Amino acid sequence: MDGISYAALLFLVAVGLTLIFGVMRIINIAHGSLYAWGGYFAATLGLAIAKFGLSPGLALPALFVAALAVGVLLGSLLEVGLLRRILDKDPILQLLVTFAAFMVLEDLQRLIWGVQPYFVSEVVSQLGTLLVAGVTYTRYQLLVLPLCAIAVFLGLRWFLGRTPIGRQITAVTHDREVATAMGVNAARVSLLTIVIGASLGALGGALASPTTSLVPGIGAEMMVLSFAVVATAGLGQIGGAAIAALLIGISRAFAIYLMPELEVLVPYLIMVLVLLVRPQGMFSVAEARRI
Amino acid sequence: MKLVSFIKAAGVLALTANLAVAQDKPAELKLGITTFLSGAASVFGVPGKAAADQLIEEMNAAGGIGGVKISPVFIDEGVGGDKMLSEYRRLVQEQGVRTFLASISSGSCNTIAPVAEDLKVLNVMWDCGTEKILEDRRYKYVVRTQGNATTEMVATVLYLMKTRPKFSTIAVVNQDYAWGRDSWEIFLNALKVFLPDVKVVAEMFPKLGAPDFSTEISRLQALRPDVILSTSWGGDLDTFVRQGSQRGLFKLGSTIVLPLAESSMERLGSALPEGVIVGARGDHYFLHPETRDDPKHKAFVEKFRARTGAYPIYPAYHMAQALTGLKTGYESAMKSNGGKWPTVEQVAAAMREMEFKAFGGTVKMREDGQGLEDQMLGVTRKVPEYPFMVMDKMMLVPGSLVTAPVGVKSVEWVKTIKPSILQDPQLRMFDQR
Amino acid sequence: MRLRLFVGALVLLGVALPLAVPWLKTPFLLALSNGLAVLGVAVLIRAGQVSFGNAMFACLAGYGATYAARFWQLDALLLIVVGTALAALAGALVGLFMVRYRGIFFGMLNLAFSMMLFAILGKFGAYTGGTDGLRFERPAFGFVHLDRDGFESALLAVALLLALAAGWCVQRYYRSVSGQALAAIKTNETRLEYLGISAKRIFWGGYILAATLCGLGGTLFALTQGLVTPEMGYWVRSGELVFVAILGGSSHAVGAFLGAFVFEFMKLYAAALLTGMWQLVLGLILIVMVFVAPSGIYGLLSRLLGQRPRSVLKAR
Repeated sequence: MDGISYAALLFLVAVGLTLIFGVMRIINIAHGSLYAWGGYFAATLGLAIAKFGLSPGLALPALFVAALAVGVLLGSLLEVGLLRRILDKDPILQLLVTFAAFMVLEDLQRLIWGVQPYFVSEVVSQLGTLLVAGVTYTRYQLLVLPLCAIAVFLGLRWFLGRTPIGRQITAVTHDREVATAMGVNAARVSLLTIVIGASLGALGGALASPTTSLVPGIGAEMMVLSFAVVATAGLGQIGGAAIAALLIGISRAFAIYLMPELEVLVPYLIMVLVLLVRPQGMFSVAEARRI
Repeated sequence: MKLVSFIKAAGVLALTANLAVAQDKPAELKLGITTFLSGAASVFGVPGKAAADQLIEEMNAAGGIGGVKISPVFIDEGVGGDKMLSEYRRLVQEQGVRTFLASISSGSCNTIAPVAEDLKVLNVMWDCGTEKILEDRRYKYVVRTQGNATTEMVATVLYLMKTRPKFSTIAVVNQDYAWGRDSWEIFLNALKVFLPDVKVVAEMFPKLGAPDFSTEISRLQALRPDVILSTSWGGDLDTFVRQGSQRGLFKLGSTIVLPLAESSMERLGSALPEGVIVGARGDHYFLHPETRDDPKHKAFVEKFRARTGAYPIYPAYHMAQALTGLKTGYESAMKSNGGKWPTVEQVAAAMREMEFKAFGGTVKMREDGQGLEDQMLGVTRKVPEYPFMVMDKMMLVPGSLVTAPVGVKSVEWVKTIKPSILQDPQLRMFDQR
Repeated sequence: MRLRLFVGALVLLGVALPLAVPWLKTPFLLALSNGLAVLGVAVLIRAGQVSFGNAMFACLAGYGATYAARFWQLDALLLIVVGTALAALAGALVGLFMVRYRGIFFGMLNLAFSMMLFAILGKFGAYTGGTDGLRFERPAFGFVHLDRDGFESALLAVALLLALAAGWCVQRYYRSVSGQALAAIKTNETRLEYLGISAKRIFWGGYILAATLCGLGGTLFALTQGLVTPEMGYWVRSGELVFVAILGGSSHAVGAFLGAFVFEFMKLYAAALLTGMWQLVLGLILIVMVFVAPSGIYGLLSRLLGQRPRSVLKAR
């Protein structure tokens, strides 16, 4: 059961990463920082709510507000300030720039929030616990997290498939040049997609924050894990990301029960095994090669 | 080129620093101190630093050590073993620091002790507990001004036996590094002296600094052991208790033993329930039954509280012990030296045959550099005066009773403990007032 | 010609400065070992591939040397051979399967392997020392037991020699058929295949070279510190290697060392002066460099040294 809530978190973060890749063809290493910032900001809001004596019922919505704020602010900053300007550069440089952005954000995070751990968990306590098969879980873990993930998944499918803007995003993901030739404003679409992707990453962090303690380094950890999910699923695949996240999340939970020593290996092992069989990821779409 | 001018500047600095040290009584005593200033363990390391700042200020105001003022330099253990080691070496080689207080983490101590011996600098282990360092090898330059894992774990077993003499299953959730592993080894061996048939249903070792214990908690709930032990500390312990409290771990009916929890009690507030066995790694507690009314202790507590907003916890006390021990060592060495400023070798030797008292009981140092420190354990209880749990039904265990003798490895010695030790008259019980 | 003089001057500095200012030996050693690892990554960059896991070879070599030192008490020079050989072997094995991939997947797979190594080293503490790492006693050097200072000087001399040799070898490699073919993997792999050259073979060779260099760097690092920890293989470490490769300039071997030295000293002084901000500073510098000087420090200097400015990195 822990596996499912873990998978939900992985999915949220991974889907953001994969969206950004789809539109810009750049792996955004700073995505891990978005997760961390989302978490820290949510903690700050939570603490503020407590301090100013505001209604505790605001705690849960505050998480979403935090995620949105971080996503919009940092996401647009990243896109306009950085990503947009490196589109035509060597892929290695692009990776490096996002890596540098990651380093900058990590240190900024340390400067703003310090190095002591944060643990703001009122939301979880509010919602109480549930007994499942003799083990007590928090309702938050069992309900809120998976529900959010499902909502995001369905929401994205509808958005990308049914709305005009969504279709434009899909077009740009598929082939930027042709889409632009058809009159789609690729720059605007990119900005929107990055903001959505960033918000999702931050949402992962915000939703995770009440259940775990926030310390420097969680950004880096989540980064590698979400890579593993995205690579396993195939870059740019949203449905694939859900399945990969579930696969990895549940395997990890089982590993902790059966062979706790190997728990940390599981995500990477799965990624390697999948890529051995299908080098482009489980659900990737064939792309024409330029000769 | 940037490179060349950097190097030139550094070279000049280094030369002047080297010149400054070659005098009789130095202008200042540079003291390198490693502590956790970042990461989950910083809730532990930062009070240690605060105590150091406060006490060094006071010591300097009273003239320092032998008239020489102390000038501390802090290294963050939180940056990782090799970066910390580089910084340590740089302080020795570039800045000529010859005296160190290192470290909190047993892992750091394992790394630093041989290096200190190699570099010939005095290294006082001020907080790390692994007993293996001083047992596996005879050191000249490394001492420890507090108890070690054996002292602490055996005392914990004694308390547990007094509280719950018979049970059948136990599970452990310890941090996966030297301290976590060594402390469990000792605890289990000591426990088997009293309960040879006890069954270990789960051994879980999440990594040091883990932010999430949900799976470990789930497993504990599924297994429902009689006793749950965790020698975690700092942020890890906080997270474990908080997450466990959210999930009803403390309502299972298991006896929970947290020997290092004194340092977390104030932070956890009501997240820590009543009836949990807690220890103080030594007899450090601002409500210590014997020394709480001692004027120096009270002044320390109040000043610490004024500066940091919290009561001192055992890292702060360990720092006090280390500094007091260091001062006593220097003064003792100077006396045998006819009043001249001693070399670090002389201080290291002096520190192996002295006694000192910080804010708890007296600590006696032995020839292998290990300190004998009294231990205190108790049970949490809620009282109206404080918004957090306090220790009740406290037991004081003298260090000499529960530390392996010089030259004997703890793992072996622990197996020779007799169950009749529980009746030893040196064990004293106190109730919380 | 000017380039040779420049390299000669650097080597001279490398010998003279630590003699004059002894504490510099350790940072120099660290910079040299880092530089070797960076050189390995630079070789891969020439093929247009970024590996986010090369630190694993450095890590593996370091641990290998540590085990050899602990169990067999080998001489330091032998340890260097052991560690590097281990890395080369690992590179050959992993490379067999790795060379099928390009681009993002290449980078990510290397990442996955390195994280697995990291996890294994961290978890199986009984064999690997866990997250605290493993220490080993200072070995003999050339069968002579030296004290700390002498050991470091000897190691530094060897490191400088190795760095020179490695740099020279890599430059020869670049000019050789295999090296040119390696660069072709980036520009147009299919045409390379049309020429009848197996891109996979060439890449495999390049991968082994990269792994060996990283292993050499890792072993020297281990010998300098006397300590190996799993952190040596963490993905951020690999990222730093790539960072330094670009910082220094990946078109010439000397760039790797330039970058490594600048990085090492920036870290040292930034950590002391701007505690907690050094990553920020370095990150900003890198971003600026990508826009202003994508050929790295070497690229900036290449005009002065009379070399034709050549960029390994091209626009898409």
